[in-house]
Formats: sequence, structure tokens, C-alpha cells
Amino acid sequence: MDYENAEKILEVKHLKQYFNVGKPDEVRAVDDISFDIYKGETFGLVGESGSGKTTTGRAIIHLYEPTAGEILFNGKNVDTFTSKAEQREFRQDMQMIFQDPYASLNPRMKVKDIVAEGIDINHLAKDDADRSKKVEDLLETVGLNKDHSSRYPHEFSGGQRQRIGIARALAVDPKFVIADEPISALDVSIQAQVVNLMKKLQREQGLTYLFIAHDLSMVKYISDRIGVMHYGRMLEIADSDEIYAHPLHDYTKSLLSAVPVPDPEFERTREEIAYDASNEGDGKERTLVEIAPHHWVRAADDEIGMYTQRAHEASLIKK
Amino acid sequence: MDNEKDILEVRNLQVNFKTYAGDVKAIRNVSFDLRKGETLAIVGESGSGKSVTTRTIMGLNARNADITSGTIMYKGEDLLKKTEKEMEGIRGQDIAEIFQDPMTSLDPTMKIGRQIAEPLMVHKGMKKEKALAQALEMMKLVGITDAENRINDYPHQFSGGMRQRIVIAIALINYPEILIADEPTTALDVTIQAQILNLMKELQDKISTSIIFITHDLGVVAGMADRVAVMYAGKIVEYGTVDEIFYNPKHPYTWGLLSSMPTLDTGGDELPSIPGTPPDLLDPPTGDAFAARNAYALKIDTEQEPPFFKVSDTHYAATWLLHPDAPKVTPPDQIVARQKKYAEMQKDLVKQQRPSIPVEEEEEQQ
Repeated sequence: MDYENAEKILEVKHLKQYFNVGKPDEVRAVDDISFDIYKGETFGLVGESGSGKTTTGRAIIHLYEPTAGEILFNGKNVDTFTSKAEQREFRQDMQMIFQDPYASLNPRMKVKDIVAEGIDINHLAKDDADRSKKVEDLLETVGLNKDHSSRYPHEFSGGQRQRIGIARALAVDPKFVIADEPISALDVSIQAQVVNLMKKLQREQGLTYLFIAHDLSMVKYISDRIGVMHYGRMLEIADSDEIYAHPLHDYTKSLLSAVPVPDPEFERTREEIAYDASNEGDGKERTLVEIAPHHWVRAADDEIGMYTQRAHEASLIKK
Repeated sequence: MDNEKDILEVRNLQVNFKTYAGDVKAIRNVSFDLRKGETLAIVGESGSGKSVTTRTIMGLNARNADITSGTIMYKGEDLLKKTEKEMEGIRGQDIAEIFQDPMTSLDPTMKIGRQIAEPLMVHKGMKKEKALAQALEMMKLVGITDAENRINDYPHQFSGGMRQRIVIAIALINYPEILIADEPTTALDVTIQAQILNLMKELQDKISTSIIFITHDLGVVAGMADRVAVMYAGKIVEYGTVDEIFYNPKHPYTWGLLSSMPTLDTGGDELPSIPGTPPDLLDPPTGDAFAARNAYALKIDTEQEPPFFKVSDTHYAATWLLHPDAPKVTPPDQIVARQKKYAEMQKDLVKQQRPSIPVEEEEEQQ
């Protein structure tokens, strides 16, 4: 990751997203997280179910009103977009690819209407011919052909549907795409196709991705940087190679040690590292601290030394 | 390969599903054995016939299923010839299944103790108190904490991982000879998945069950399986020991599967992928069903179906590339690397057989 020329496209500052606020069943789905995403990169967000990664994605695209904190997109707070025009522009710049390609496409709409919905709403097509042309181009971009445009979603396989979902997201020429588990419903051989497509589109159109997933090996492959979430908190952020090779936080270590590897020799000798979450409730004040260059770990004041020590051992800190 | 250790022998199984559009040929001539105490993994994409195979063994196919040929021999008897009543006696007693989704495979209105005890009461005619006592033991065995107090809880009061433990407890309560695990951890997080897989291995050692493990996750297969069968379009295309499949695969489909899964070391701009989609089994193509997606396809692949070629006593693959007259091809890089590792492992094996040379600990390569 080249930090020198990196330009922030998204800044999440102390975001809190609580549900049922003030009630006995209050849920702190996202509890004070901060991170930045740079233009043109893929930021991977990993964590177990219930860690708040999906909520974070949804809060960023402003499907929720944040309980506290702010989200800056291109330097502007998304919460302050009050005029229709501003909101429309924001929605155009930021798009989402959903997890389930079966549930996220309207079964009663033809593919061309699904893909063109954003074009229609934002009046991006001059006339019908232009609209059809745009749809056909988009389908071609994602590896489908124009004959597919008058079909219905049920006529497609899971991988093809996910391509339709991607075409729909791209229809409005977004800058930033949130992909929430875009491949976990797909077969292994199809997953690779979709990931390759996403990478290709990123190269060609300079897209920025927030890639949310629990499949750690795929996240590593596609991401430039990775954030690890647990219990609604961000525990560690670093370059993807670094975080996989030298995780500093115990939870990240534990998570990585549980990933099954398609190598029987490795599996026979694998040792899982258990994570004891109890120390998170000890009441100490913890914040994200930059332990090594661009490597952030959530730590209390008296833990910084320990993490710095670990970073030295992994020679992440150059003297 | 009829030997005494085989506990289940599936031969020439063919299953069609009758639909309005015609017959879907879901299983096209599948044969395999399951040995006592082993874990056989069946891998393949959705629609390749993994689940239909095991559902046929359990006698749980949908009504439009038509078993056109084949035998499934268990303890000298053909399961396909059993009546529904007889199958009821076998299911949950001799052969049990762990289903994929722990959210839907438990009865939400029944206390979990009762659900775990039910197979004992049904199959062994056990009294409720005694069955519940055994259920409690089982709950402890599968690692449900505070079992005494939780035996009267309902499924919704448990987390996903705990629910899957309950499902495992139900499946194992009668110490079945065969356990079918159909994607048992796919719905779970990696850390929970690791716990459940360890639990299954532990329990297998304790009660020496044979496991048929269905999954599409090759990482899980590498850790769980003794032998692996790779299915594609209703057929087994390659089978062998776990090392043979992972380090010396011969079928281009197995190559594709192994390469398209990124490991934690995979880099580069493009992930090797298998182009296209699986064939329509309403009308399976002639020849090798994988030919259309296969970069290594030969002319004969589109004309004639490849038979199984023997690689070793335990390793067979159905691809024309193994025919003596076939041209030599170079598999994808990742596979070549795997084969290299295999060759080294074989050398080590030979070394180890000579006791005079001390066994060297090899460092894992970075």
C-alpha cells in the first residue's frame, strides 16, 4: 500500500451504532470505531457474525442514522446531506453489492430494468435507445451478454445473478462500492470468477471497495488493507500481507489460526490459538494505537508496550 | 475392492428427478466404498450430486426421485430394497445425519433434552427418564456447558455453534455406524467451525463411527478427510487418499478446484478460475461433462466418456489425460508445486522406512 500519495475517500470517526437505545435490550452493534479508506484501495472488513461488520457497511451508506460519530465521504459529512440533490449525488457515488444474489434481485423485474433502475432514477439516459445501450454495455462489462437483458432473475445461476447485482451497482458510475459478503453464497469455482471481475473493474474504473467478508483467505487476496472487528469494535488495522503474516492482537491471531488451509500436511500440524475475550470487559480505556507504521491495534495505555514489543520481534518497526 | 473393512458399498447408483421439463440426471453411475472408522469427504459444486447421494443412502429423497439402477450394500443388505418402515429403523440408529443448517434442523417447540433423547426412545424403546439421563451425558460429551441447567431449554436459547453441537448430540446418541455430515459447518464462523470439527474428530475416535463428510470447502477437507471423492455433474471424477487428491491430483476439474481457492499465500492480479458454469443435467453432454470448461480438453472428451484410470491402488481418476496415448500436459503452476511437494513427501516416506536415518523435522516453508 502506497501511503505517500494516498488520498482519503472515506473517514469514519468514532462511529457508534446502537439499536433499541435506552431499552433493556440495547444492542451496541458498532461501538466507537474509526478508520479511513483511501481512494482506489480495497479495504477488507473481517470478523465473526455479530461483530458489527455489516452494520458498519450499512451505516456508511447511510441506511441508518448513526447514534454518534461521523462519516465523511470526500471530506463531507454524509449526515448533513439534506438537499435532494446532495443525497442523490451521494447515492450515485456510493453503491452496494449484496450477499445473497437470490434475495437481492426483484424476481418480477427483467434484468434490463433491474440494471437500469439507477439510470432511470438519476436520469442518466437520454432516451430509450441510450438506456438499452448503457444496459448492454454494463452486462458486457460483467461478462454477460445483451441477450440476457430481457430475461428474469430466476433464469440465471448464482454466479450470473451476482454479476447482475454488480452491473446494477456500476450503472450509476459509482466511486465507492460496499460489497457485503459478495461471494459467500457462491460455489468455489464461481467465487474466483466474481473476485477476478471485481478486481478487473477496480483497475479499469478506479473503484474503491469496502469488502466485508468472513472468508479470510479470499479477503486477504482481494484487500490492500484489512480491519478486524470483534464485538462491535475495531481491534486491528494493517496492510493485508502484514496482518496475516504478523498479527499483533490476540484475537486476530486466534481468528487466523482457525482458517482451514487446503493442505493436509499443514492441517495435521495446525494449532488453534484460543482467544480469551474476558479481558475486553476489564473496564480499561482502549483506543486504536499506531504500534508500527500504519499498523493499528486497539490497546489500553499499559498494553502499548507489549504490542510494541511484539512488533519489534516481528521486525515491523525499523530503527 | 470388496473387503471386510467396507461398511458401505455404493455401486452404479443412478438417480433421476422427474420434472416437467424432463428427467434431471442428478446421479450418473456413482460407486464408492466407505470403510470402518474412516472419514470420506465428497467435494464438488452445488448441483454436482453430493447431497443427493447421501440422501439416497438415507432414503430421504424427494418424491420425484427415481433410482434407476444401483445397489447400496450395508451389512450385507441392499438399502435400496428396504421398505420405508425398515429404513425408519435404520435412520438415526445405524446411519445418522448432521444437517447443514442448525437453525432449521431442530424442532423449535421441543426442549433440547427431549430432542436428544428421542432417538433412544424411538429406536431402543427406552423410558423417558433413562433416555434423558443419557441425553445429559451426551450433552456433556459434545461440550454444552452447564448441561444440567440447559437440558430444558429450547433451541432459540442457544447460539449457532451450540445448536450444531445439539444436532451432533442427536445424531450420535445411538452410536451410529455411519454418520453423514452434510456441510455441517458451512453456516458457522471460522472459530466455531474449528471447534465443531475438532469435536467431530474427537467423537469419531471415541465411538469409531465412519463419516461421510460433504463440503465444498477444501480447507475443511484437508483437515478432516482420510479419503476424498471429487464429484462433478453427477459423477465421481477422481478419488484417492487425502494426500493423493491434494498433492497429486490428476483430473483437470480437481486442478481447477484446488487452484481457484486462494490460500493465505496467494498473490497476483488474477485468481485462476474455472470458466463457465456446470452443465445442465436435464441433458448431460456426451463425453466428459467437464470438457466445455476444461482448458485441457482433448477431442475425445467431447465424444466418449472417460473411464477410471488407475493412478495407484487407492487413487483413480476419470480423465482421458491419463490414457497412455494422451499428450503430456503441464498442470497449472499451483498444481505443479503441489506435485513437487508430493514427490518430496514420498522420498521422506522411503527415508522413514529405513530406521538408521534419523527423521528430520522439516520447517514449514514461508
